[in-house]
Amino acid sequence: MRRLLAALLLWLAGGRRKRREAEEERERIVAPAPKAPAAELVVVGLLFCAAAAAVAFIVFYAIDGLRGHTQWFGLAFGGSLGFLGAALIVWSKKLVPVEEIEENYPEPEHPEEQEALHRIVRESGSPVTRKGLLTAAATAAGGALGLAALTPAVSLGPVFDTSSLYGTPWRRGRRLVDQDGKPLRVDDIAEATFYTAYPEGASQDTVGAPLVVVRIPAGEMALPADRVDWAVEGIVAYSKICTHAACAVSLYRKPLFPPTAPRPALVCPCHYSTFDPARAGKVLFGPAGRALPQLPLRADRRGFLRAAGNFSGPVGPSWSGVRTKGARS
Amino acid sequence: MIRRTIGFVDSRSGAAPFLTKALRYLFPDHWSFLLGEVALYAFIVLVATGVYLTLYFEPSLGETVYHGSYAPLRGMEMSEAYRSVVDISFDVRAGLLIRQTHHWAANVFVAAVVLHLLRIFFTGAFRKPREGTYLVGLLMLMVTLPEGYLGYSMVDDLLSGMGLAIGYAVAESVPFVGGNLALLLWGGPYPGHAAFESRMYITHVFILPVLIATLIALHLTLVASRHHTQFRRTRRQSERKLLGVPMFPGQAPRSLGLMSCVAAVLFLLGGLVQINPIWQWGPYDVAQSTNGAQPDWYLGWLIGALRLVPGFDLKIGDYTLVPNPFWGGALFPLLVFVVLGAYPWVERRISGDRSYHNALDRPRDAPGRTAFGAAFLAWVLVVFFAGSMDRAVVAFGLSYAAQVWIYRAALVVLPPLIFFVVRRICRELQRSEQVEQEQHRAEAEARAARA
Amino acid sequence: MSGRSALAAACLVALVGAAPAAAQPRSGVARPDNGDSLSLRDLGEQLYAGNCSSCHGIDGRGVRSPRPGAGDVPSLGPSLRGVGELAADFYLRTGYMPLGNPYDQPTRRDPLQFSDREIRALVDYVGSFGGGPAIPSPHPERGNVAEGQHLFTEHCGGCHQVAAKGGFVTGARVPPLDDASATQVAQSVRIGPYVMPRFSTKQISDSQLDSIIAYVQRTRHPPDRGGWGIGNVGPIPEGMVTWFLAAVVLVITCVLIGERVRS
Repeated sequence: MRRLLAALLLWLAGGRRKRREAEEERERIVAPAPKAPAAELVVVGLLFCAAAAAVAFIVFYAIDGLRGHTQWFGLAFGGSLGFLGAALIVWSKKLVPVEEIEENYPEPEHPEEQEALHRIVRESGSPVTRKGLLTAAATAAGGALGLAALTPAVSLGPVFDTSSLYGTPWRRGRRLVDQDGKPLRVDDIAEATFYTAYPEGASQDTVGAPLVVVRIPAGEMALPADRVDWAVEGIVAYSKICTHAACAVSLYRKPLFPPTAPRPALVCPCHYSTFDPARAGKVLFGPAGRALPQLPLRADRRGFLRAAGNFSGPVGPSWSGVRTKGARS
Repeated sequence: MIRRTIGFVDSRSGAAPFLTKALRYLFPDHWSFLLGEVALYAFIVLVATGVYLTLYFEPSLGETVYHGSYAPLRGMEMSEAYRSVVDISFDVRAGLLIRQTHHWAANVFVAAVVLHLLRIFFTGAFRKPREGTYLVGLLMLMVTLPEGYLGYSMVDDLLSGMGLAIGYAVAESVPFVGGNLALLLWGGPYPGHAAFESRMYITHVFILPVLIATLIALHLTLVASRHHTQFRRTRRQSERKLLGVPMFPGQAPRSLGLMSCVAAVLFLLGGLVQINPIWQWGPYDVAQSTNGAQPDWYLGWLIGALRLVPGFDLKIGDYTLVPNPFWGGALFPLLVFVVLGAYPWVERRISGDRSYHNALDRPRDAPGRTAFGAAFLAWVLVVFFAGSMDRAVVAFGLSYAAQVWIYRAALVVLPPLIFFVVRRICRELQRSEQVEQEQHRAEAEARAARA
Repeated sequence: MSGRSALAAACLVALVGAAPAAAQPRSGVARPDNGDSLSLRDLGEQLYAGNCSSCHGIDGRGVRSPRPGAGDVPSLGPSLRGVGELAADFYLRTGYMPLGNPYDQPTRRDPLQFSDREIRALVDYVGSFGGGPAIPSPHPERGNVAEGQHLFTEHCGGCHQVAAKGGFVTGARVPPLDDASATQVAQSVRIGPYVMPRFSTKQISDSQLDSIIAYVQRTRHPPDRGGWGIGNVGPIPEGMVTWFLAAVVLVITCVLIGERVRS
């Protein structure tokens, strides 16, 4: 047993010197290089480190409840790869013959073969008499077949009917509810804060659904004449979806002391489009090209807030037809 | 042993002549030629870690309630997709390591491609006969951007969900057909059909990776068949003669070492530096948003553009011709890629140089190109940095409105300024080199005369 | 000294002197010399008179239209009647007040200009202006972090960023919350300082507020399972790591590998 181990170690450490010397007498393809036994040991060391780190990864992986395990895993696995990379780099610098070989760049072009190709194509067409007609027919077939193959793609979505872009789940009489379905009362809405509301009995998960509701102090309200009755005791509602790029308008800026702070505004956190809730959602700042659509409100006999119609315009970002039609239920 | 293996392979495949040529393929000797390889190795890590992730990710928007080990999210409603990624992060051993490595690899991949593109551009490597290689590379860059975007958007977290809404708005903003296009891609008005998640998944996991892999293969084949370019560093190098290190035994350990190092850096980052902690953002909801939401860095130029464009929809009467997001979100990146794609031919036209080039220019050797590249890069970078204006308000207390105007001014003022300055610098460097050369020649002549 | 250099020197002195006066708000506070021997109420009254009444008016009635004040900064300020000890304590302990220029956004000040006793005196005095809420005592340990994350995202994340790292709303910088004590979070939710909305108990109950505060406290030690949290604000620091760490290391690696013997 001991002799077997000794022979194995000798083989590992000794190398195959005899065969190499015989080969060196022939003309070499790869240039010779000086030996670098020190570098060899460095490479061996690095490789063993790589092996150790990889084993460490396996060990870490096996431990249950290891704190910070992601960091240990990363250090071990990444470390192992790093040692391997270092070993290879040392190898490439010290244990590889330095060869700088000269060569010609490949031919820029191959005129003879180009000519041959040209002739092959041309001569193959010898039986053809109606080249133009055949080309036209082939184009028709290929084109039509290609179009046919692409045709099912139009069913990926309602591509020909943009009317769904105008739709919202709001209609006259629909109650405003919060995220949990609890209806909003006029008395629940305080000044100086904002609320998110949804249509009762409809999906909350569309751009037409969410509203931002605020109560504007009496002296501040400046809605245009045709929308004065869209507010209930100063409470106004707007689509919560920004008309620039569809992010939720979830910022409300309200001055604690109006003389020194900017006036109330709804702001979008994506590109900072700023809308004026006291002036029908007018754009005060930022890249939005369209006012925030306003939902007319009314209060019912029991004091709950209800929609008095659909939005002043389609909700969400603009597209080509956004100003040609209104929002519909 | 080696002899027998070679014998087996050659007799079963006839590959010995090809392998002899391939093993002795000569590589150029400059470090900047390795940047493309860094991108390639990052791609390999992406595929490997990506396959792992597909074994756990659930591409479904079906609603579920979280009951996993991360307490702050317990009881919260979320999609299966989001839940599966939280599970990968907390309840799959080494899941977070692989997820983070994958995401870092994506960021580093695009960075390496951009660095590689800069080297190609500023050394004129795109010139004849390598325009094809250049266009394939540019196409790859264009494909990796949506690939990354879809990858992090599949997770359905608050941050990436906001990004998808913006993507929808940009699609909608295409003149005339935008509304139709958005409805087609999303299967309905935003947030779209539930199948959209599947569409993102198959595009990210199969369609685009296969496309990128094919383009990589084509790119490498073209590079090898026209051969690498080289810097003219010694007298033995010229347009016709190349000097290099053979693939084997010289270059192979270098390349393998680089691959190991790239993978090492990515896995070390994956374990030690947190990226996209989606459990901190929470699940996406159409009616929610957070301040400070950003896309991954390689889309930062788009958020900057969207924030800088003044607020207007271009309309004719009632018809909205160009909704606002189109300029920054679609036209701007299209313009950049068209300029990059057309550049080799524009340069040929302007310089009149239609010959083959195997030797590279140093940037100073082509003052016009270097100056234009620097100016164009500066223009794109101004837009890129504009994407961080709001964080600059938080970090440095700067005024947002003032920043908007400063960036807009910089867009107009900075590129021409950089163009003239860089061109001047290149010419000065060339002139001082010429003077030095003439000095050496004069000295040599004087020495010869004395001898 | 010649006439011209004297003039130049005078200009220089005037400029140097004027610049800080114009640039900085009225700094330093006015305090009575015998403050330590005064009762809390008297101390409060004197400090108020010397530091607050110019903008907040006598008896806290407010100054609604600008009056000429110190330097060329006008005097202007809201009424403090009915704001209670809750508001006074908040503004003084954060350093938001005293505010040099009423048109500036109040920001945290460290160190505070008033001592703890002085603050208690002022709080007591302002609290005496016609009732108002007392300083709240929140119990975040009773709160639920999961509920807190949900509520914070809904009501606060739009401005404060979902991990409470601060942000921007048009016209104001939104501060990060790492310096805010539990009491200060509770106070600001109920006051709505500067341009922040004001949430009453009807909208956010006291127990919901406990949950929100529990969540905010959690954000100071975020669950960074992935390693170095790099700020918990997402892709901007991630991009910086990509370029300034990963790309740098990889380019250096390329230089190391590519370097070889020149022939």
